Amino acid sequence: MAKVTIDGIEVEVPNGASVLQACEAAGKEIPRFCYHERLSVAGNCRMCLVEVEKAPKPVASCAYPVADGMKVFTDSPMVRNARRNVMEFLLINHPLDCPICDQGGECDLQDQAVAYGRDASRYREGKRAVKDKYLGPLVKTIMTRCIQCTRCVRFATEVAGVPELGATGRGEDMQIGTYVEKALTTELSGNLIDVCPVGALTSRPYAFVARPWELRSADSIDVLDAQGVNIRVDTRGPEVLRILPRTNEDVNEEWMADRGRFSFDGLKRKRLDRPWIRQDGKLRPASWQEALEHIAAKLKGLPGDRIGAVAGDLVDAESAFALKSLMAALGSRNLDCRQDGARIDGTRREHYLFNSGIAGIDEADALLIIGSNPRKEAPVLNARIRKKWASGTLAVAHIGPRDIELTYNAEHLGEGASALNALLDGSHAFAKLLSEAKRPMIILGRGAVAREDGAAVLAAAWALANQVGALTPEWNGFNMLHLFGGQVGALDAGFLPGEGGQDLAGMLSGGVDALWLLGADGFEPGFIAPGTFVVYQGHHGDRAASRADVILPGAAYTEKEGTYVNTEGRVQRGRLAIFPPGEAKEDWRIIRAAGAALGVDLPFNTLEDVRAGMVAANPVFGLVDGRIAGGVTNTRGPQAGGTLSDVAFKPAITDYWLADSISRASEVMAECSRIYNAPPLAQAAE
Amino acid sequence: MALSDKDRIFTNLYGLHPWNLREAMRRGNWDGTAAIIAKGRDWIIEELKQSGLRGRGGAGFPTGMKWSFMPKSSPDGRPSYLVVNCDESEPGTCKDRDIIRHDPHTLIEGCLIAGVGMGAHAGYIYVRGEYFNEHVVLQAAIDEAYEAGLLGKNAAGTGWDFDLYVHRGAGAYICGEETALIESLEGKKGMPRLKPPFPAAVGLYGCPTTVNNVETIAVVPEILRRGASWFASFGRPKNSGTKVFCIQGHVNKPCNVEAEMSIPMRELIERYAGGVRGGWDNLLAVIPGGSSTPLLPKSICDDVLMDFDALREHKSGLGTAAVIVMDKSTDLIKAIARLAQFYKHESCGQCTPCREGMGWQKRLMDRMVEGRADVAEIDVLESVTRQIEGHTICALADGGVWPVQGLIRHFRPMMEERIAAYHAKKTGGAMPLAAE
Repeated sequence: MAKVTIDGIEVEVPNGASVLQACEAAGKEIPRFCYHERLSVAGNCRMCLVEVEKAPKPVASCAYPVADGMKVFTDSPMVRNARRNVMEFLLINHPLDCPICDQGGECDLQDQAVAYGRDASRYREGKRAVKDKYLGPLVKTIMTRCIQCTRCVRFATEVAGVPELGATGRGEDMQIGTYVEKALTTELSGNLIDVCPVGALTSRPYAFVARPWELRSADSIDVLDAQGVNIRVDTRGPEVLRILPRTNEDVNEEWMADRGRFSFDGLKRKRLDRPWIRQDGKLRPASWQEALEHIAAKLKGLPGDRIGAVAGDLVDAESAFALKSLMAALGSRNLDCRQDGARIDGTRREHYLFNSGIAGIDEADALLIIGSNPRKEAPVLNARIRKKWASGTLAVAHIGPRDIELTYNAEHLGEGASALNALLDGSHAFAKLLSEAKRPMIILGRGAVAREDGAAVLAAAWALANQVGALTPEWNGFNMLHLFGGQVGALDAGFLPGEGGQDLAGMLSGGVDALWLLGADGFEPGFIAPGTFVVYQGHHGDRAASRADVILPGAAYTEKEGTYVNTEGRVQRGRLAIFPPGEAKEDWRIIRAAGAALGVDLPFNTLEDVRAGMVAANPVFGLVDGRIAGGVTNTRGPQAGGTLSDVAFKPAITDYWLADSISRASEVMAECSRIYNAPPLAQAAE
Repeated sequence: MALSDKDRIFTNLYGLHPWNLREAMRRGNWDGTAAIIAKGRDWIIEELKQSGLRGRGGAGFPTGMKWSFMPKSSPDGRPSYLVVNCDESEPGTCKDRDIIRHDPHTLIEGCLIAGVGMGAHAGYIYVRGEYFNEHVVLQAAIDEAYEAGLLGKNAAGTGWDFDLYVHRGAGAYICGEETALIESLEGKKGMPRLKPPFPAAVGLYGCPTTVNNVETIAVVPEILRRGASWFASFGRPKNSGTKVFCIQGHVNKPCNVEAEMSIPMRELIERYAGGVRGGWDNLLAVIPGGSSTPLLPKSICDDVLMDFDALREHKSGLGTAAVIVMDKSTDLIKAIARLAQFYKHESCGQCTPCREGMGWQKRLMDRMVEGRADVAEIDVLESVTRQIEGHTICALADGGVWPVQGLIRHFRPMMEERIAAYHAKKTGGAMPLAAE
């Protein structure tokens, strides 16, 4: 520890800390542009200059290490002058087009110019203009505004792992760009907008849409992947205008994936905003009362075991729990939330959670990825793996398709389960590496268990984890990576076949006469046996709605108070940002009303009742914003069944941009899919 | 008293003799190298400290002290590197060029001794991209040295393994800055690194590195052969030794010349360069140490000594000892404006003050050349240069604003006159007649 005096305030900071960190510890604000705490230090903007006793020149506090007994002044005439001067330089070639700039009102340059700059410029010469660059369909560039802080370059290179951005030219002519113009091939490009301290990189879909002071914000959770990224939903009137990440060190740090950030225009399109009833083969608009009476009429007299329910990937835990309660009251045990047919053993939570925790990646020293492409399935989590890998203390191997690009080096062990066997019998060298690791980690993709021999894959992965010492009382290195934000919540709510109940395959193949689909768009509705009466409750007129006999319009994740459990088992709550469109309602209310129409008195009337019921059924729901961490004491594996086949693992998400019903309705995502899935242009020499 | 030929270190500075190894050895290079090295690392550094040798690249940092910063042992197994800076791009400077094309073996021998002095088994010579022919000679001389067993395993029979590589730059002034040079050598964009850590701790490929100028390294063998006291006997204390001066501009006989330090500027110009064109009284100003050092008006040039400390007293510097002489026919404002343009063009663009400020300075200077400005803008110009100076990662910005500061310091009346003349022409002239 070093003792440093900042403006007369004595603070103790660890050796090797920077002066800027010491100043922050002393509660002093240091203006900065290029410095970002999650990126490497560039030290080029010179805004953070402070005076250090006995130093002849002001020093860049972001890059200067502290020394014991150092005296720092952050508000001396020298410092104030230095800041004013740097600010003047930054502004001489800045277009000052704040009135038409989307960053206006939340711009570091604007704020710091007011706080630390001069009131007028002495610059009378011509200003620089820079040609805009193309960085893809999501990030809009106005490069004349760029102040060359290189945060974007460092983000792309270090965090996103795509070294495609750089600076060309020298001095005044230095420009940020990709050199050969192309869309950045990353799923994290939206974060470039956040790290850019000025309006050079802004959101293309949000361009000229709103000013920050017109927006109302609600804290929520991103459900479009299973990481549970903490988000802020910005709305104006009945519209979601943008989604930004919130900082949560344990989950997403401050990053967010592009699908979650940019697909919200899908919330306005293809929405189910009123109930529909199929009559003579055609859907017709109906009132709520009609629709519920129609359901009651159809379900009347059906035995409980001829009724089934399937929960989708984006559902909140409340509605899954409510629907389970309704089904129980109707006497049905035919429940399933595994639309992909994943052979998940729901008896113990350890068997389907990312047990090490997302923050646990920071501790891991060896990682095996089985049948998963985290870059597509959870881009922010993948960035965390990359961060650990880049520190040089994590060895990674993967089993699955050979050609996936993970943004870090991973040894390819094989395409199918035979590689898993080779690790189990110790014939592959990586098994030794895993055994010798202090914190070995195995990530099993949900896609890897969504196949015929899924149960065997699951059991083998658990057995391997046990064998390499990943399951100890201090550490649980077995991790399943889910794909969507509602999946774990539904599992925790017990939305699985009960004793003697049928699973999805059984229900589809004529095992039931009436099927209630709760936002279940993840399978081909053509598989539903003809003659089955289908109720679709959800927010988008996606695949399943076209097969439905009754459509009940529900609320999307931005339109309800919902509990979501992320892949590591963290219970988090999203808040209502806007109201559901038209006659659509919150999902648990729909189920409550349907229960009344069916003559079932469900034991809840308010959201609090539902939540109390959830906690009573499964106490984990009571631990909001937390998760049960720790090691395993019981290493009993999941129920094995069948034998491992050597069919190659397939990617669980084939088109990242169109992986869920919301993004399938989004024009922005359609554009991304078109651009990023286009075959690369042939080069002249080819 | 002029430096006599027997005290000159560079015996073939003018290329009158062949550069090859046989001739170089006849001139005394590679004489007793093994014996010098046998005296050990500590002796070499101590002898250099005694000699008072200061870096010849411009900053004038004591060389012995710089070498002593290199780690004595390497617990983590990182090797040490010697890097020789031959990216000689300072306008007016052309001494390293003559050394590597006419006297390359002084440098190669120096590299071996420096390698021992700092515990390096590999050295890199970073040659300015434009020096193509020169680099060919240097490479040929290195090949010769390898053949003769002077480099490589057991170099020169010393028991020390030493490899020497030549790398050509791509023509950027900033790559002469030591950390930018290291970046460039690593294959990255030539941009200076933040210090600390200094190269002696974390340099080339993250290993301890010392970067020295060509001339600094090339004089080392002769100093060690003849003894520190011989070298220290030239020049004033703390400014000792001999130095290659590049004299150019409005002189009758521009030349590179090795002379002793602390020689009076007037003597240097008159004795070696044939005097100022049109006589000493025709002198307007001199830039004493390469384009980055502030110019000195004739009144100072009359009796100033050419060494680090004397020039510092006059707020200028010895720099690379490239003496640019300007007589009264010079448009001084235009000359400095051209330098401002050079520094704008060569700024790497990393730090805000340099990136933005150099362009501003250049544009202001362009207007000053015409006089299309207000007198108050001279103060703006001055304050812009002060805002840039000392606020950046490397010293390019400092060197880029000093010429302008020197101009304002010594020739402000000339700038004011120019402005007044411009305004008089614009507004004060006679009303044009219809027929005109």
